[in-house]
Amino acid sequence: MNVTVCVKQIPDPALPGELDPSTNTLKRDGKLILDESDSYGVEMALQLVGAAGGGEVGIISMAPNGEVSGMRTALAMGAAKGVLVSDPELSGSDALTTAKVLAAAAQKLGHADLIIAGTESSDGYTGTVPEQIAEVLGLPSVTFAKSVVVDGDTIKVNRQSENGYDEVVCSLPAVISVTAGVVEPRYPSFKGIMAAKSKPVDTVTAADLGITPVGWGGAFQQITGIEQAPARQAGEIVEDDGEAHLKIVAFLENLKVI
Amino acid sequence: MSWQPNTNSADVSQLSTEEQQIVELVARWVDHEVRPVVSQLEHTNTYPEALIEQMKQMGVFGLAIPEPYGHSAVSARCYAQVTEEISRGWMSLAGAFGGHSVVSKLLLRFGTDEQKRRYLPRLATGELRATMALTEPDGGSDLQAMRTVAAAVGDGYVINGSKTWITNARMSGLVALLCKTDPSAEPRHRGVSILLVEQGSAGFSVSRDLPKLGYKGVESCELNFDDCRVPADALLGGAERHGFVQMMAGLETGRIQVAGRAIGVARAAFDDALRYAQDRHTFGKPIWQHQSVGNLLADMATQITAAQQLNYHAADCVDSGRRADMEAGMAKLFCSEMAAKVTLDAIRIHGGHGYSTEFDVERYYRDAPLMIVGEGTNEVLRNVIVKQAIGRNGLT
Ligand SMILES: Cc1cc2nc3c(=O)[nH]c(=O)nc-3n(C[C@H](O)[C@H](O)[C@H](O)COP(=O)(O)OP(=O)(O)OC[C@H]3O[C@@H](n4cnc5c(N)ncnc54)[C@H](O)[C@@H]3O)c2cc1C
Repeated sequence: MNVTVCVKQIPDPALPGELDPSTNTLKRDGKLILDESDSYGVEMALQLVGAAGGGEVGIISMAPNGEVSGMRTALAMGAAKGVLVSDPELSGSDALTTAKVLAAAAQKLGHADLIIAGTESSDGYTGTVPEQIAEVLGLPSVTFAKSVVVDGDTIKVNRQSENGYDEVVCSLPAVISVTAGVVEPRYPSFKGIMAAKSKPVDTVTAADLGITPVGWGGAFQQITGIEQAPARQAGEIVEDDGEAHLKIVAFLENLKVI
Repeated sequence: MSWQPNTNSADVSQLSTEEQQIVELVARWVDHEVRPVVSQLEHTNTYPEALIEQMKQMGVFGLAIPEPYGHSAVSARCYAQVTEEISRGWMSLAGAFGGHSVVSKLLLRFGTDEQKRRYLPRLATGELRATMALTEPDGGSDLQAMRTVAAAVGDGYVINGSKTWITNARMSGLVALLCKTDPSAEPRHRGVSILLVEQGSAGFSVSRDLPKLGYKGVESCELNFDDCRVPADALLGGAERHGFVQMMAGLETGRIQVAGRAIGVARAAFDDALRYAQDRHTFGKPIWQHQSVGNLLADMATQITAAQQLNYHAADCVDSGRRADMEAGMAKLFCSEMAAKVTLDAIRIHGGHGYSTEFDVERYYRDAPLMIVGEGTNEVLRNVIVKQAIGRNGLT
């Protein structure tokens, strides 16, 4: 079984980020790392291929400046090869263009029985790329996968819903998006890190993939403004006079969680 | 995986890309897996089995073992930085692979092909662990006066004597034992050899775990050899009388490791103090703005940075293949004294909380003195340094 995982390389969230005032988007010119959201997809892919007893995990990424640092983390975890799309013309791409690029990159990488993406990235996201990739490739898609079992030509997916989960059976090949925390991403071994050095990463441009970048001008989405996230409000402090539990219950009822 | 901010980090700029990734991986592992559990393990003096397993999986026990025996040998500089990161989480974990790495180096450099094949592949994965046994109840600095004797009998040796303070003794399947095969040799060090003693050898026992100030969770023990028989091929390199010189070469790595531990502990103390000094307010301002506290932080930062550069310099000497006993000695001396001072200053900055076992700084303060005493006391290292300085007629 071959699985392709979409991995986004993002600025290290531990470092203070900066917005580019001219485009209102995150500056991505420093070193990028593997988005934690995508480490779950990589881990799930490795587990599925392991359980299938053969095949390999490939990764695809779109990133500026030929960046491969984050891809190397996925390769060190056990992915076998990758395709990176890096092209200054792609800066400003909207979600649809990103999906087209990744779909083409997936085809460039080679046949996959399953394509996995994260539900949404950590740095800047619309949460729509996985479904658009599926549409571009004409494949079925299942979102919010919390567990996946391969059964012959189909997969059984438990799909997270607001009240529990749906059991979905889907034919392969397919595109799924996985939610964070569904598997425990492995730490790469030092041996894996050293082996990643000689794993192939094919770096291509949009033109190589036959895609015409539309840039800022042609994007279907626009960032019209940015605002500071509201400061966190101080919580309510309840002194326990023996009745505090009632207040907690009322609070939870109000949130409709009980 | 979680990505937590690190207020300071090792300077990885001169490492290869892969080595940088190794150091970064270990730093992330420490933040995510070690720091959340260290206090509990420390205060219950619990052997950190799960963490040691993860260290094996990553390849920490194979950092000194190259192909064809292992797959993750790194430069001494990278090794020093990995040690730093692990020690920033818990010094005891760095202790778990310190002696192991020295024994790996001894085997690589001096072992027979048969000894390398027999031990190195399993040492590289951590399936087999190793420790070194030098110190005796009657003395650790004056090694040449050691009393443990291996007498050649038949086609092997019969060992009698005892060792003390041997770390990881219970967990190690292999002990590199420094002993005398010729007690009457002159000069005395000419009579010293290294025997590779396997756990389970008849007449060899680990008798007692020694209670200690810090360095919790890993055991430091007494070893007894009572007519312990080992085969002739247990002799490192197959030649007697080279043990002292062999061990001194192995200790170059050991001292860089101990210096790395000191830096890691000091960095942890500094990180905590820097955060606390911004959070804690007195007289209407964060305490770092009181000049006395700010000066402590400035000196800590300066000392740590100087210590790192000195240790990386010693590591570079080892990587270049030069004799590095003076450099490694200087690094171990400076870094350990630095850590003792920095950890005490971190307590000062934390005020009463610094003395509380609910905070980590008291642990750093208890762990720091080991690096002054272990792997050659700082007094003994000064002897090494001055002898080298006289011998080299300067510093080069
Ligand atoms: C927690 C812990 C773990 C350890 N783990 C190991 C281990 O795994 N393997 C191992 O072999 N050992 C281990 N040791 C032992 C350690 O290496 C020795 O304690 C150390 O070498 C000092 O030896 P000593 O204790 O016999 O002190 P001594 O040699 O008796 O020294 C006492 C004092 O005299 C000073 N002194 C002695 N000789 C001189 C001299 N010529 N010039 C100036 N000053 C001198 C010393 O510096 C010291 O201040 C460990 C020790 C500890 C505390």
